[in-house]
Amino acid sequence: MSAVSVPTSGVGRLWSRTVDVFTSPKSGPVLVTAVLFVVMFLAGGARYRGFLSATTILNLMVSYSYLIVLAVGMSFVIISGGIDLSVGSVLALSTIIAARLLQFGWNPIVVILLILVITSVLGLLVGLMVHVFEIQPFIATLAAMFLARGMCYIIAKESISITDPFFSWMAKTRIILGYRMSITPSVVIALVVLAIAVWVLQYTRFGRTTYAIGGGEQSGMLMGLPTSRTKVLVYVISGFCSGLAGVLYAFYTLSGYALTGVGTELDAIAAVVIGGTLLTGGYGFVLGSALGVLVLGLIQTMITFEGTLSSWWTKIFIGALLLVFIILQKVLTSRRA
Amino acid sequence: MNLVYKALGHRLFWPLAMLVVLLAVNVIAVPGFLSITVNSEGHLFGSLIDIVRNGAPTLIIAVGMTLVIATRGIDLSVGSMCAIAGALACSIILASPTPNDVGTVTVAVLLSLALALVLGVWNGFLVAVLGIQPIIATLILMTAGRGIAMLITEGQILTVNSAPFKFIGSGFLAGIPVATIVAAVVLALVALLTRRTALGMLIESVGINPEASRQAGVRARGLLFTVYALSAVLAAVAGLILTSNQTAADSNNTGWLIELDAILAVVLGGTSLNGGRYSLTGTLVGALVIQTLITTVYTVGIPPIATMVFKAAVVVAVTLLQSSRVSSALARRRSRGRRAETVGSAAEAVAR
Repeated sequence: MSAVSVPTSGVGRLWSRTVDVFTSPKSGPVLVTAVLFVVMFLAGGARYRGFLSATTILNLMVSYSYLIVLAVGMSFVIISGGIDLSVGSVLALSTIIAARLLQFGWNPIVVILLILVITSVLGLLVGLMVHVFEIQPFIATLAAMFLARGMCYIIAKESISITDPFFSWMAKTRIILGYRMSITPSVVIALVVLAIAVWVLQYTRFGRTTYAIGGGEQSGMLMGLPTSRTKVLVYVISGFCSGLAGVLYAFYTLSGYALTGVGTELDAIAAVVIGGTLLTGGYGFVLGSALGVLVLGLIQTMITFEGTLSSWWTKIFIGALLLVFIILQKVLTSRRA
Repeated sequence: MNLVYKALGHRLFWPLAMLVVLLAVNVIAVPGFLSITVNSEGHLFGSLIDIVRNGAPTLIIAVGMTLVIATRGIDLSVGSMCAIAGALACSIILASPTPNDVGTVTVAVLLSLALALVLGVWNGFLVAVLGIQPIIATLILMTAGRGIAMLITEGQILTVNSAPFKFIGSGFLAGIPVATIVAAVVLALVALLTRRTALGMLIESVGINPEASRQAGVRARGLLFTVYALSAVLAAVAGLILTSNQTAADSNNTGWLIELDAILAVVLGGTSLNGGRYSLTGTLVGALVIQTLITTVYTVGIPPIATMVFKAAVVVAVTLLQSSRVSSALARRRSRGRRAETVGSAAEAVAR
C-alpha cells in the first residue's frame, strides 16, 4: 500500500505505517491479538464490577502459568513447521512422577530434575523419530501421547496428593507486588522461561534456524544451517517445557493424577494460533503465544464473572474466537498481497 | 527369495504382518480365538465378530478421513461430530411421544445426518473458500463441537430406550452385526464411487499438487466440499452407532479421541499425511489392526492400564518399519546380491 503512493502529510504517513505493521504477516496477527485482548478486558470492565484491575491479570497468570510454559514449547515446534500432540499427556506424566516419588520421600529438587530429564529424553526420542525416520510429527507425537498417558496409568491410577514441604511452599508463597496484588513463584518461573524463549528465538543462531526450517527446510539446509540438529532440538525443548509445566501444575494443584491435562494440547495449540503463529511454520512470536494464553484465560474468567452461562459456552466461545482470529489473520495478511 | 523381497516392499506388508502377529498372539493365548459359532438366536458369535463389530465406527470414520487426507487435509472434528449426531438423535427420540416407532428413529437419524452435512459443508467452506489450513479449520469444530453437543443435551447424559435405535448399534441382520454391515456398505460404496470413476484420481491430484491440478482444470473447491461433507456425515453415522451401542448420548465421551484412531488407521494403511495416493484397503487393514490391538489387550490379559503403552509400541513399530529409511535399507539389501554380480561382470569387461 505504502509502496504505491507515499502520503506527504505526517498523519498520512503514520496511518500508512500503521496499516503496514498491522497487515504484515509477521507482526500483524500478534498486534490484532493484543488489540483484542485490550478490547475484551475493557468490555469486561464495563460489564462487571471489579474486573478492570491488575488483580484480574495477575490471577490469570497465577492460574495459567503452566499453560504459558506449554505454549512456549509448542511455539518452538510450530514455528519449525511441526506439531506436538503429546504435551498434555507429558504434563500429566510429570505431575504423577512428582507425586509418586515425593510419596516415597525423595528430595524435591532431585525429583524435579529427574522429571525434566525424563521429559526431555522423551522429546529427544520424538525428535529422532521425526528426523531420522521421517515420521510425520503428527504421528510421532501421537505415539508419544499414548506412551506418556499409558505410563501415567501404570504409575498410579488414583490421584495422589503432595504433602512435601517444598511443593507446599511453592504453592502457598505469594510475592506481594502491591495492594491486593500478588503472584506465585510459578509465575516468575513462567516469565523467566518466556524471556529465555524470546531471547533464543530472536537473537540466537538456533532461533533463526528454527524459523528457517519452518520457512523451508531445504533452503535452510542449502544455506548451511544445522537443520537436522535444530529439528530434533525443538522437540527436546517442547518435552522439557511440558515437564516443567507439569511441575508448575503440581505446585498449583498439589497433586498428581493420570487424567490431568486431557485436551491441554489443544489449549496450547489454540493459544499459539491465537498468538499469531502460522501452523505452516516460519512465522510467529513466542510472546504472542503467551498473549494467546491470557486471551483464553480471559474468556474463562469472563464466563465465570457472567455466572449464569454454562460451562459448555466456554468451548463454543473458544471455537468462535479461534474462527474470528483465523479469519482476521487471513483477511489482514491477504490484503497486503 | 525375490518374492520375499517383493512382499517386503509392498506398502501393506507391515500392517498385515502386524495383524497376523496380533491374531497369532491371540490364538496362542486363547486357542478357540478364531472360532465363530452361531448362538441360539442365529447370530454369529466369536472374537473375530467382536473385532469387526466394535471396529466398525473407527473404520467408517477412517474411510471418510482417507479421502480428506488424500486431498492433503485432515479432519479433527469427527469425534465432536459423533457427539453432536448422538446428542441430536437422542434428544429427538426422547422428545417424541413414540420412541419405539421406526418412523421416529428414521427422522432422528436423518436429521442428525443432515446436521452433520451442514457442519461438514462448513468445514469445507473454511478450507476451500477461505483457504484456512485444514488442521486449524477443523480444530474450531473439534473444540466448539462438544460445546454444541452439550448445548443440545443441556449438559445431561441422555439415556434412550428405543428398540429401533438400539438396533443400529447392537442389532443383527441375517446373523451379522448391523454395525459391520453398515461399515462394509460404506467402504464398498466409497471404493466404487472413487475407484470406478475418475473421482479418486481427481482427489489424489488435488492432494499431490493443488496448483497443477487447478491449471489442469480440476475444480478443487467442489472436491474439498465433497470430502469434508462426506467425512462429517460418516462421522455422524459412526456417532449414531456408538450412541446406540451405549443407549445413551454422552456429549463428553462419545467419540472421544476417535479422530486420532481414525487418522492412525489411515496412516497405518500406508496413506501419507502429505496427501496424494490413498488406499482404502490399507485403511481397512489399519482399522482392523487397531481394533485387534484393543481385543488383544483383553484376551492376553495385559492389564488394562498398560493398554496405551502397548498401543504406542505397536504404532511406533509399524510406522518405523514403514518409514522410507527402513524400506530403502531393505531395498539396498535386496540389490546387494545383484550389484555383486554386476560389479563382477564389469571388472571382467574392463580386464578384457
